[in-house]
Amino acid sequence: MIKGLMLAGAVALAPLAVVAAPASGDHPPPFKIEHPSTQYPGEEEVDAYKHDPANAGTTPFEGDRMWKAFHEQAGVDHVVDETVDLSLADPRISDIFKSHDMVRLRRTLKEQFCYILGGGCAYSGRDMKAVHKDMGLQNADFNALVEHLQIAMDHEKIGFRDQNRFLAKLAPMQRTTVER
Amino acid sequence: MQRRLAVLLGAGMLLCATGAKADSDLRPSGKLLLTEGVSDIEGSAGGGVATWAVIGGYETRDGIGANVHATGIQLKDFQFRSWGGAVGFYDRVELSYAHQEFDTQGTGLKLGLGRGFTFSQDVYGAKVKVLGDAVYAQDSWVPQVSVGANYKKADQSAVLNFLGARDDSGVDWYVAATKVYLDQSLVLSGAVRATKANQTGLLGFGGSGNDNYHAEFEGSAALLLSKRFAVGAEYRTKPNNLGLKEDDWATVFAAFAINKTLSVTAAYVDLGEIATFKHQNGAYLSLQAGF
Repeated sequence: MIKGLMLAGAVALAPLAVVAAPASGDHPPPFKIEHPSTQYPGEEEVDAYKHDPANAGTTPFEGDRMWKAFHEQAGVDHVVDETVDLSLADPRISDIFKSHDMVRLRRTLKEQFCYILGGGCAYSGRDMKAVHKDMGLQNADFNALVEHLQIAMDHEKIGFRDQNRFLAKLAPMQRTTVER
Repeated sequence: MQRRLAVLLGAGMLLCATGAKADSDLRPSGKLLLTEGVSDIEGSAGGGVATWAVIGGYETRDGIGANVHATGIQLKDFQFRSWGGAVGFYDRVELSYAHQEFDTQGTGLKLGLGRGFTFSQDVYGAKVKVLGDAVYAQDSWVPQVSVGANYKKADQSAVLNFLGARDDSGVDWYVAATKVYLDQSLVLSGAVRATKANQTGLLGFGGSGNDNYHAEFEGSAALLLSKRFAVGAEYRTKPNNLGLKEDDWATVFAAFAINKTLSVTAAYVDLGEIATFKHQNGAYLSLQAGF
């Protein structure tokens, strides 16, 4: 156990030693479309990948109770848009989004939420590991996003227990999205 | 006690300010609201009278966090006070300290100890998370499990000796398991504590002809009602070394996170019979600041 603890300590400390923090003010460049997608106007074309419902990272709720609890498509659209807006305005995590295609992110997030909530959508995005690869996310980034999602769900007047049922589906994604 | 709390809060603010200057990769805070639990009376993260497996402080695995607490319990015939703090390292290791006072108030006269006679002890704690994750691993029923120890040193050794206690210091060992079952908005926690402590150590350790460790249980169940509000109940069993009757403890509590820093816990406690005085029920109030 002592060995395990030391190992855990080393793992926790390693990123601090290796990753030199960017000087403050050194923000990533803003996103620009270079190769417009033919299928999704306003989005950048992405390299081909295998479409698979499993890419959503979790299984959907059975029945349509959760879909109704989230006020169906209109509710999911509000929740996703506000979560993204709050994240873009949050200095703790806004840089993470700057060099990414926000049009595609909003669309695929709405698909993913709809799929998980039992709204019957197909999720057309990549899997969680591929999407977050090399972003260098930390638990605090993951939690900041959850805080925004909670605020957005509050504003959409989604019941607290249903919010938690949904968060229970998303929480294990910490393992695949947080890399350090 | 109020002045002590103010000093503690001041120290906490200083800690917080220092944390904010840390390297941007070292994150001083980032845990979700109430997921560090509240401070237990031994100074560690828990539910109040029960110790949990979570690590105190609002840090994640990328930082160092801390909390301070002040707790008061007014019983029918006695008053209990505790203050202290905990530092959490990388959401893995927690070091804690608590100072506890058990004030006999007017009852001290009847016990022949004198009005306001006060037993006190210092509790030093260490806790290490060994497996599982209470919050993220929602696809598994496996709880977060931690092991820990409390070194306790009581004062008034002459009186403790007279009461029949074997020792005025002791070490408790415990294993705690805690899980947030988000899909049920439920937190369940259980701990087994190997201890010789009489009334958590305030009345010394062991008794005449009885110096063995006893395995005792601490359990909590809490229902999350909103992001910042939880209600629950706790139960804690105790050994009975002194030949005085020592009852199990039971509480019902409500915890409220005022903001990301401050939380308050109020409880109704039933501590049973203490030092021959029956039905020690009362009100528990605890303030906590976490960073």
